[in-house]
Amino acid sequence: MKRRIFLKGSLASGAIGLAISAGLLTPRLVLAAWPKAAFDATNVDGAVNSLFGSTALTGSDKIRIKAPDIAENGAVVPISIETDIKDVESISIIAEKNASPLTSSFVLGKGTEAFIATRIKMAKTGSVIAVVKAGGKLYSTGKEVKVTIGGCGG
Amino acid sequence: MASIKMRATLGDDGVTTIKVLISHSMDTGLEKDKKTGNNIPAHFIQEVVCEHNGTKLLTAEWGPAISKNPYLSFRFKGGKAGDTMK
Repeated sequence: MKRRIFLKGSLASGAIGLAISAGLLTPRLVLAAWPKAAFDATNVDGAVNSLFGSTALTGSDKIRIKAPDIAENGAVVPISIETDIKDVESISIIAEKNASPLTSSFVLGKGTEAFIATRIKMAKTGSVIAVVKAGGKLYSTGKEVKVTIGGCGG
Repeated sequence: MASIKMRATLGDDGVTTIKVLISHSMDTGLEKDKKTGNNIPAHFIQEVVCEHNGTKLLTAEWGPAISKNPYLSFRFKGGKAGDTMK
């Protein structure tokens, strides 16, 4: 898979912020770290197990998922996840009813705040589950999102 | 060629917010080409790495269930104006 990703440049930001940025995103030649088995898994437990080696999820009210209650277009569902849990190593987003539930996994570096926002595809109405790995433990929270038109396939 | 737009804003509280918009089709491999009836082959971004002054901030591992023209936003502390983002 060739991905010639090219960063087009920096944009001056608005009144408050300061423009930083600009550089190159280099294509990664080695994709060994990409957890294929986890993305291929067809149920939530399988995906969590192959990603973390455990399915012991602890429910937590410290994770906040921001997602629409009703998503009109399942192809673009904005999701943002924020947590107060300390020492967060990774955040994963799982759409329960998708053919392959794991949508994405974000490994956070030091100094990176436990906040992620992105947009996912959802096949049908179901829970969006956020799995946060912190200090070797897994925490999760779910949120129901109703999908009017599915976003996978034509 | 996929193009990436990245914007960084430094807030008063010392937290830098990064927003990234990538133009990419993110084909799942399940959709059919209407003309030929064949499946459009899967073609999606698997990994995005973000660095700040050489330090890795975030590694995003994506499956095909990330929307077309992906958007990504995250925050980190310790950024300064003029720093290099990768």
